[in-house]
Amino acid sequence: MTTHPALVLAGLSIGFALASSAISIAALWMPRVLRMVAMPLIALSGLSATAAGLLIMIHGGVSTFELPLGLPWLPWHIRIDALSGFFFCVIGVVSFAVGVYGPGYIRSFENGRDSLPALGGFTGLFLVGMLLVVLADDAFLFMVAWEVMSLSSYFLVAFHHDNAANRRAAFLYLLMAHIGGLAILLGFGVLASFGNGFAFDAMRGAHLSFVWASVTFALVFIGFGMKAGLVPLHAWLPEAHPVAPSHISALMSGVMLKVAVYGFIRVVFDLIGQFHWQWGVVILTIGSISAIMGVLFAMMQSDLKRLLAYSSVENLGIIFVGLGLSILFLGTGQMALGALAFVAALYHTINHALFKSLLFLGAGAILHSANEHNMEKMGGLLRRMPWTGGFFLIGCISISALPPFNGFVSEWLTFQAALQSWQLESGVLRSLVPISAAILALTGALVAATFVKVYGVSFLGQARSRPVRRARLVPLSMRYGQGILALLCVFLGVLPTSVLELINVVPLQLMGHGLVHATSQGWLWLTPISPQTASYGAFLVAVALVAALILGLWFFGRGIRRTRRCDAWDCGFAPPVPSMQYTATAFAQPFRRVFGLLFHINEGVERQNDGRQRYSLSMKDRTWNIFYAPVARAVEAASRRVTRLQSGNVRIYLGWSLATLLLLLWVIA
Amino acid sequence: MIIESWVLVLLQVLLYAALAPLLTGWIRKVKARLQNRRGASIFQPYRELYKLFTKEARMAHTASILYRAAPYIVFVATWLAASAIPLVATGLPTAAIADVIVIAGLLGLARFFLALAGMDVGTAFGGMGASREMLVSALAEPAMLMAMFTLAMTAHTTNLSSMVDYQMASGNILRPSYMFALAGLMLVAIAETGRIPVDNPATHLELTMIHEAMILEYSGRHLALMEWAAQLKLMLYGTLLANIFFPWGIALKADMPSLGIGLLLVMIKLAVLGIVLAAGESVLAKMRVFRVPAFLNLAFLLALLGLLSHVILEVGS
Repeated sequence: MTTHPALVLAGLSIGFALASSAISIAALWMPRVLRMVAMPLIALSGLSATAAGLLIMIHGGVSTFELPLGLPWLPWHIRIDALSGFFFCVIGVVSFAVGVYGPGYIRSFENGRDSLPALGGFTGLFLVGMLLVVLADDAFLFMVAWEVMSLSSYFLVAFHHDNAANRRAAFLYLLMAHIGGLAILLGFGVLASFGNGFAFDAMRGAHLSFVWASVTFALVFIGFGMKAGLVPLHAWLPEAHPVAPSHISALMSGVMLKVAVYGFIRVVFDLIGQFHWQWGVVILTIGSISAIMGVLFAMMQSDLKRLLAYSSVENLGIIFVGLGLSILFLGTGQMALGALAFVAALYHTINHALFKSLLFLGAGAILHSANEHNMEKMGGLLRRMPWTGGFFLIGCISISALPPFNGFVSEWLTFQAALQSWQLESGVLRSLVPISAAILALTGALVAATFVKVYGVSFLGQARSRPVRRARLVPLSMRYGQGILALLCVFLGVLPTSVLELINVVPLQLMGHGLVHATSQGWLWLTPISPQTASYGAFLVAVALVAALILGLWFFGRGIRRTRRCDAWDCGFAPPVPSMQYTATAFAQPFRRVFGLLFHINEGVERQNDGRQRYSLSMKDRTWNIFYAPVARAVEAASRRVTRLQSGNVRIYLGWSLATLLLLLWVIA
Repeated sequence: MIIESWVLVLLQVLLYAALAPLLTGWIRKVKARLQNRRGASIFQPYRELYKLFTKEARMAHTASILYRAAPYIVFVATWLAASAIPLVATGLPTAAIADVIVIAGLLGLARFFLALAGMDVGTAFGGMGASREMLVSALAEPAMLMAMFTLAMTAHTTNLSSMVDYQMASGNILRPSYMFALAGLMLVAIAETGRIPVDNPATHLELTMIHEAMILEYSGRHLALMEWAAQLKLMLYGTLLANIFFPWGIALKADMPSLGIGLLLVMIKLAVLGIVLAAGESVLAKMRVFRVPAFLNLAFLLALLGLLSHVILEVGS
């Protein structure tokens, strides 16, 4: 069997990433090397990963390879198929943009105290880990790559370790990543023992009863769900993602979460290979809860990067809603609909990777030029940074699922899948699915509200602090990095049919079913089920919007072009000053009031000793008290019990050793 | 045939833009009569638009480029959404471009820019209006889609034109799910178009306004476009209610007599809806902002009941 060119390209991308890592560690005393060599290598790695992914998706087929590494009796199996090809594209595109963006961004670190070799080294390793997870074809390599990904990202989260809060966030991340990793390992354990082998091929052949299959499903859902930040396992995500450098946040939110989605799809759709509607209901419920809670949390934040991190929870929720619908349909025998929901989930996966990275890079640009991540101090940035402002606006419209940008397409597909629930036999399911669609609609509208707040408070109005008022343009490389992602957001929104045809290969190869009619009406029309049921002419909508805009500008702006500048009217009160503007907290106030029950909110005005009034607001996640605090208490109590063993008396220690030895002998015998 | 239908599309689009101020004028007139006033002529909105278009536009020093672009985007997106809703005839090509979810999306796009424009100048009122508008729309969105889903699950399509065709073909069956969906959608329409009791289009009382607060700073042609877009939106929702739930008379063929009848009937239907709206606005008082969620929850509940009654009562139909 000859090696597929896609596999060669995939190897090349891993090689580039490794080289980037090695070079930045080697160039200990020359911080400029990181900017000049290591970041471009990341971009190259992303480019070849994208090429590999596209190649395998266009040509189809599967290619495998064995590396003589790893354990003596278990060489590393590598395999690239349509599914991994798709995720290669996701990883590749974002890494490419990050690689382009990076040189400008890390320049500001060069005079700081933070260790640049560590940043570059772990960035490369992080990328290698993610690429290898997607390539792995046995549980052993998968887990090794998974841990490389988790550990290297831990060091990246802890990069600004001067700050105690960052260290705490990093530790929480490490802890949760390992609990998740343990659950995944156990899931693989079940599969391996039924399939007699750690290779994925052996696991595919395993015949699991419903109970064991469900146990495996639950384990991997917990494991990958923890990495993907599904509620209630999301607590680490809004802590860890914002504290990393912005281009790393883009990689973590845009790509690493997608690797968790990949793992989930690989294990559940491919390795377990059986579908039960009960699982679908579970995923659908958790996904819906994540979506709505994620966006509500995001709405309440005033730290830009934290807000974006919470919004990732919401988007991963939407992806899992799609996957849940897919399993639900597949489990009830509706294969074509299952494929539709699956494609919708994948489409949202790439969309989220694009616009979330774009937004994180935008947040990084603000951080770079105004040194500010608190929205309450921003304002008027559109005039200071028009490029970043424009790209950020595209990201905001895309993430708010508004036509004609890409977020809308995947949301539309998910709605179409949910609307086909009338084909289900069970009345309960038939009414449950539309309710989750309604939650999706609420989520979508809340996302729009959240990003109106983000854009309105940070980019419009007047600057609320001095550095923001003096923000300057970011370097060209950073603008290019954002521009690439913004262009792709537009492309995926305006030409969904071509993208869909490509994605369609994945369910065809994985489940043997794909979308039949999706693009049967030509490239203009997106008709996921049939032209009579629903169609969307994204390109025509975009063309009509642009044409009508140009016509309108020409028609109305023609003779009377006079526009005079004056002070803002504001109902005739005193001319508004920056501090009179609506703040992020103020914008969220009605939402806090309506959805307040879901949070722990302490809000009030106190009169201080000097007679001045002070407004205070504290918000807490209820899941802390419900899920995390009891677990933490139990672990603490258990460890306190265990410390009783530690009496300090040598003879007792020896006694314990003897007892352990006897126990082990008894177990072996 | 293709050209003919696109001409029809163009005609319908122009009709929307041309008739929208008339509907607003009609509602104002009816409201005035109900309040024992003579009221202005029903053509007054045209005069106002003309006046605004010929006036100079003023902009705050702090306004950015988005502030200038927003009126055009808001108007165009609303107009595009309207063009996909069958007004006098079904089976037009625009219906295939945008189904009901796309229409909701386009309205969302218009709202997004409206709210951003409100925040652009950096006044307190603009932000307040934007925040409230987004809250109201966030709560209205699930109710609207739920009502639409009820129809979509009955007609097995999200294409509005096909929905109307289905309604016409299946005859006058009284479906409980439709009644609930209609009631829910009416409440949503009131909230989305900013009418009493959710918002008062005639108010400039600082603390109660929502829509007016966002366009407070606009003047001249920008204001005209914003006002026109609001009138279009009102007409859009009116047509949606009138033609989806009561599609009688809509032209299924593209010949002169049936188009004429279609236009006449849709104008009568809109006039009746206008009277209902004006009567409602005359007897109700505006609610407090924080009572609006309860109002929209009711809308959602009605739409949900519609869906459940479809699932329970109308299985297999």
